[in-house]
Amino acid sequence: MTVFMLAVVFLVLLMFLCILRMVLGPTVPDRLVALDTTNTLAVSVLIVMGALFKQSIFVDVAIVYAILSFVGTMYFAKYLEAKK
Amino acid sequence: MIPLLYVSYALICFGLAFQFLGSIALHRFPDVYTRMHGTTMCTTFGSIFIILGIAFYGLLQSDTALFLHPLVALVFLLLTNPTGTHAIARAARFSGIKPKHAITDSLAGGKK
Amino acid sequence: MLFVLLALFSFIVYLVLTAGSGSIGYWSASELLVGVFFAVVAGFVSRAFFSKQKIELSTAFLNPVRWIYFFVYLVYFFFAMAKANFDVAFRVITGKIRPGIVRIKPGLKTTLGTVMLANSITLTPGTLSVEIEGKDLHVHCLNLKSKKPELKEVCGNFSQWIRRITE
Repeated sequence: MTVFMLAVVFLVLLMFLCILRMVLGPTVPDRLVALDTTNTLAVSVLIVMGALFKQSIFVDVAIVYAILSFVGTMYFAKYLEAKK
Repeated sequence: MIPLLYVSYALICFGLAFQFLGSIALHRFPDVYTRMHGTTMCTTFGSIFIILGIAFYGLLQSDTALFLHPLVALVFLLLTNPTGTHAIARAARFSGIKPKHAITDSLAGGKK
Repeated sequence: MLFVLLALFSFIVYLVLTAGSGSIGYWSASELLVGVFFAVVAGFVSRAFFSKQKIELSTAFLNPVRWIYFFVYLVYFFFAMAKANFDVAFRVITGKIRPGIVRIKPGLKTTLGTVMLANSITLTPGTLSVEIEGKDLHVHCLNLKSKKPELKEVCGNFSQWIRRITE
C-alpha cells in the first residue's frame, strides 16, 4: 500500500518538473510538449490511485482523460500550424 | 502470495525510473525536437511498466475491473500518443523552428 | 456494413469495460441489454462521420495469416522499443547527441502501412516522424551516424514486417 502512495507522490513531483518546463519553455511547442508529458503522467497517477484506493472508477477516468488530452493536443497543434 | 506482490512493485518502480528519465530529458536536451524523444520514452516504457504492474496487482487481488481497465487505458494511450507527438512536431517545423545542433535537415529547403 | 462494424466494435469495447458484473459468462443481463442499445446508438451516430471520410472497406483484414504476422510484429516491436529505450536513457544521462532530420523511402504501397510505420517510428524513442510527403517520411533522429543513413539504421526491419502485414 505504501509503495502505491510513494509512487503517486513521486509522479506528482515529476509533474511539477514538467510544469517548470511549461513555465520556462522558450517557444510555444516546448510548452506543448511539456503539457503532453504532464497528461501522460496524470494518466499514470490516476491508474496508480485506482490501485491505491481499490476503486476502478479512477481507471475509467484515466481512459477518458487519455482520449480527451489527445483531442486537446491535436487542437493546439492545428492552431499552431494555422497561425504560422 | 507475498513474493508475487513484489513483482508488481518491481514493475512499478521500473516504470517510475523511466518516467523520471523522460522528465529529466525535458530539461537536459537543447530544443523541442530532442525533448520530444524524452516524452516518447516517458509514454512508452514508463506507462507500459506502471500499467502492467497495476494490472498484475489487480490479477493478484482477483479484481477483474482493475485487471482489464488499465489494459484498455494502455491501448488507447499507445494509439493516440504518437499521433499527438507527430502533430506537435509537424506544427513546430512548419511554424519555422529550426532543429538546434542538427547535422542534417531534409526539410530545410521548405516543402510548402 | 460500416454500421455493423462500428456497432460491433462499440459492443466489444463495452463488454471489455463491464466484464465481471454478473453470471451470464462474465456479464449480467441488464448490462448486456444496455450494451446492445448503446452500441447500436453509437454505431448509428458515428456512421455519418465515418462515411464522410470516404474510407474504403477491404476484406484483407479477414486473412488470419496477417493477424499472426501482426502479433509476431508486436513482439518484435516490443524488443526493438526496449533496446531504443535503454539507448535513449543512456543518452539522457550522458548528453551525447547528434540530431538531424532525414528523409527515408520505405516504399510501402498502402496508406494503412504508412500510418503504421509512422506510428511505430514515433513510438520508438530516438526516432520521431515529422512529416509525410507522398509515401516518403521525414524522420527526426536523436543519434545519426551519417548524413544519409540507410533505411535499416533508422527503423530496423519495421518496413519489411509491415509490408508482410498489409500487402
